[in-house]
Amino acid sequence: MTTTHDIVRLHVNGDLREVGVPTHYTLLETLRYILGLTGSKQGCDKGDCGACTVVVDGRPTLSCITPVWEAVGTEVITVEGLASADGPHPLQDEFDLNGAAQCGFCTPGILCSASALLERTRAPSREEIKDALAGNLCRCTGYTKIYDAVEAAARRLSADDASADAATEGGASTGGASPVETDREPGGV
Amino acid sequence: MSEPRKSKSEQKLIGTPMRKVEGLSKSTGRATYTDDIALPGMLHGKILRSPHPHARIVSIDASAAEALEGVHAVITGEDMPTCYGIIPWTPDEYPLCLDRVRYVGDGVAAVAAVDEDTAIRALDLIDVDYEVLHAFLDPHEAAEADGSTAYIHEPKKEGWNGNVTKMVHLEFGEVDDLMDMSDVVVEGDYLFEGTTHAPIEPHCAIGQWDGVGRLTVWSATQVPHYLHRELARVLGLDQAQVRVLQPLVGGAFGGKSEPFDLEFCVGKLAMLTGRPVKILYTREEVFYSHRGRHPFHMTYRTGATSEGKLTSVDAKILLDGGAYASFGLVTTYYSGQLLCAPYEMPAYRFDSKRVYTNKPACGPKRGHGSVQPRFAFEIQLDKLAERLGIDPIEFRRRNFIGENTRTVNELRVTSNGFLECLDAVQRASGWDEKFRTMPFGRGIGVAGSTYISGTNYPIYPNEMPQSAVQMQIDRSGRVAVFSGASEIGQGCDSVVAYIAAEELGVPLEWVRVLRGDTDFTPVDLGAYSSRVTFMLGNAAIDAAKKLKALVQKAVAAAWEVKPAEVLLADGFAVWAPDTSRQMPIAEAFNLAEAEFGTLGSTGWYNTPKDVHGEYRGGTIGASPAYSFTAHVAEVDVDVETGIVDVKKIWVAHDCGRALNPILVEGQMEGSAYMGFGEALMEEQLFKDADHGRAGLHNAPSLLDYRIPTSLDTPELESLIVESIDPEGPYGAKEAGEGPLHPSIPAIANAIYDAIGVRMDRLPFSPPHVWRAVEASRDQGSLGKPEGPRTLASPPDVEAEPVHAD
Ligand code: FES
Ligand code: FES
Repeated sequence: MTTTHDIVRLHVNGDLREVGVPTHYTLLETLRYILGLTGSKQGCDKGDCGACTVVVDGRPTLSCITPVWEAVGTEVITVEGLASADGPHPLQDEFDLNGAAQCGFCTPGILCSASALLERTRAPSREEIKDALAGNLCRCTGYTKIYDAVEAAARRLSADDASADAATEGGASTGGASPVETDREPGGV
Repeated sequence: MSEPRKSKSEQKLIGTPMRKVEGLSKSTGRATYTDDIALPGMLHGKILRSPHPHARIVSIDASAAEALEGVHAVITGEDMPTCYGIIPWTPDEYPLCLDRVRYVGDGVAAVAAVDEDTAIRALDLIDVDYEVLHAFLDPHEAAEADGSTAYIHEPKKEGWNGNVTKMVHLEFGEVDDLMDMSDVVVEGDYLFEGTTHAPIEPHCAIGQWDGVGRLTVWSATQVPHYLHRELARVLGLDQAQVRVLQPLVGGAFGGKSEPFDLEFCVGKLAMLTGRPVKILYTREEVFYSHRGRHPFHMTYRTGATSEGKLTSVDAKILLDGGAYASFGLVTTYYSGQLLCAPYEMPAYRFDSKRVYTNKPACGPKRGHGSVQPRFAFEIQLDKLAERLGIDPIEFRRRNFIGENTRTVNELRVTSNGFLECLDAVQRASGWDEKFRTMPFGRGIGVAGSTYISGTNYPIYPNEMPQSAVQMQIDRSGRVAVFSGASEIGQGCDSVVAYIAAEELGVPLEWVRVLRGDTDFTPVDLGAYSSRVTFMLGNAAIDAAKKLKALVQKAVAAAWEVKPAEVLLADGFAVWAPDTSRQMPIAEAFNLAEAEFGTLGSTGWYNTPKDVHGEYRGGTIGASPAYSFTAHVAEVDVDVETGIVDVKKIWVAHDCGRALNPILVEGQMEGSAYMGFGEALMEEQLFKDADHGRAGLHNAPSLLDYRIPTSLDTPELESLIVESIDPEGPYGAKEAGEGPLHPSIPAIANAIYDAIGVRMDRLPFSPPHVWRAVEASRDQGSLGKPEGPRTLASPPDVEAEPVHAD
């Protein structure tokens, strides 16, 4: 069998990638099979579960029902792109601290939906969090710990924003993220 | 009220919130699941499935598929003609059907091809000729079959009904006499439609054959050891030739606790092609592979005295098993055996029959075999309490079975924190102000339950340990734990790490857990029956204490003090009488290594074997410890639409000891969530011939088989109760399954409190509720029920539950 391929240029996690992709591939297949970004999960492959959620131009997007060509010319962020050289994204850290990832299979998608939410607002209400995650099924947690983690991350991000503002206003620079209060003292790393 | 609990202050880490060892790898996308693995030259497999619920396979012609470019192999039942089954006494299935298909979705052939698309094309080219047989979809019809149409399986004995898997009849005490002497007797018929697990990760497996005799299989399984054994047996290999690797598992809930067709197929296809082969189920295949909660048709009679003491319980249950036995023998026993706590029952009888039907096989789902009877029984209790005018929490207290006792079916109960659970939910929910007093449409209900912390007897009879770990410490201060336990999200890899860090005094991040590989980890039987924390935890303590003793001895010799005075904590060895005397833990490990040689130990756990009754089946349900749970649910019911809105569930659970309270709460919330879904939304239904093609799944997608989203799920509040079990690791018992049970009857009882309508069939979806409301309206019984004459006693102020924060 021969499959036709297209050359596509994709911006994924800040990198420009130029790859040959079977024309019928979805964004999820391209991420997982061509780019080796297996963090995004396939739970249903038909738009029902949210495990494949990535952020496309700031919007949570189901990559399993997005043809890859639709992602051309956009900025795609996957779970692998949330962390920086300084360490995990506060959401990622708080998911661990709060036990928000049990089996972890829904987690990459939920983190993408949640990160898009926290880019829109740093102080989401619990109702807003529920709305933002309504397309991401989690079969393990009952969602409670996930809400806790998103709220804790939101607090950390707004504390970071505040200290960044203080720094730009000429106040004493903290030289990066300030130490912040978290809800829980973990016993280890 | 109860004995003072043992001190919990001896441990430093245990009992505190800690990270999970694989937590950050999961939240950063680094964690590897089976489908994330791609091997060089890997082929993709697909399974051809039966379109008929019951048919004979007349012939299979795969020549066109074999001839398709890109196809490397096609196999059928003939290629693996060995019968298997998870329970050694009831083998009745083949990896691919030999001559008969028994449900829509039964596998008949498999292909391996260069890619998934080619494999799918090849399936279309396989020609199967079927002779369609009468399909049994209704369990009552299956139970009454007379052999005039083909049974689903061969009768076990000449003249028997081949549609019957198992019958259990057990009776304890004078059931009929005590029933007759009861002041009140309530009766009820209950229907629990089946539900399925729906883990977000679909089943996936990869096989690799090395060409000269070694087979490696990666699988999203929760029972690598049983898979290892069955793969060897079915594929005609020695167990020593087979290696099972278990990457992280993306949820299971009982749905991955026996071998599935794809695991045998990837093994066989890899052996035939010499290439690695992967099969990933589609979501539809996950629904059809099922092995989920059995539909139960139940009838209960329950008696009590006018003082509110239970007298006698009589149950009759028909289990709809689907096409194969799976765990059904155990399910049939569990349907009765696990009901005998937390309440004292002077007499109890159950009569359970499991039949085959031409639908996907049922098996174990979280709370195996005991969630369904618990639903019925806790409603029975609610009815009794009402008839007697006693508050239902009070009624449950009066029947508390107690600690260190035996149930009527002779199971040994040790620690028991059920009363504290009742106290906790009564207090937290504001029960006393709400029960029978809120306006029509708003209600509150209570239910209790118990569950096993593992089973005392393994699935195949043997005397060997049920769980084991190997532990190794090295010169850097690092601890390596080799664990064969199945991490399915519940946190068992973290549990062994917490224990190693606690006992050996190293920071948690210095503990490495090496896992999921039958080549280098000792055997653990798997993640089922809530056995892991109890058994693995004890094994890990055993291994760690052996190493600790050597380190203490070596340091004590160097310091010329007593070994018992050497503490290992926070990365140091410390002299207890004068804590300024200390050395870094790595130095202490080096001293021990110099003294005793390279440091490794094994630890293991085996269950007590003398704690059950001496009757046939008496071992089934026997557990080293039982957990206890109480829930209160608060609901709003709209009688015009039948919509039930669950506002909140308070979940109090006696987990013995919370090794990490965050993980325990996670299990409690996840359980209550899953119970809520079963109560309100979920139903694994199949079409009959009048409504489409017989045996077709009604809704094999995550959109149509509705599991609760964030918008559906009620507020959940976890209240941890610690009874400190005498045999559990640091006192711990299970938390993963028990807390599911009461969700469903607590919601049913809350609906009754709201509108005076009993919900005796699941789910409490708008059509069912609306119909029940209309029936009550016709009978004139719709309305707020009367309040109890005897109120609940106030909760015990001593027993405050634990909160993680
Ligand atoms: S995999 Fe995309 S929504 Fe399920
Ligand atoms: S953590 Fe398992 S599905 Fe969400």
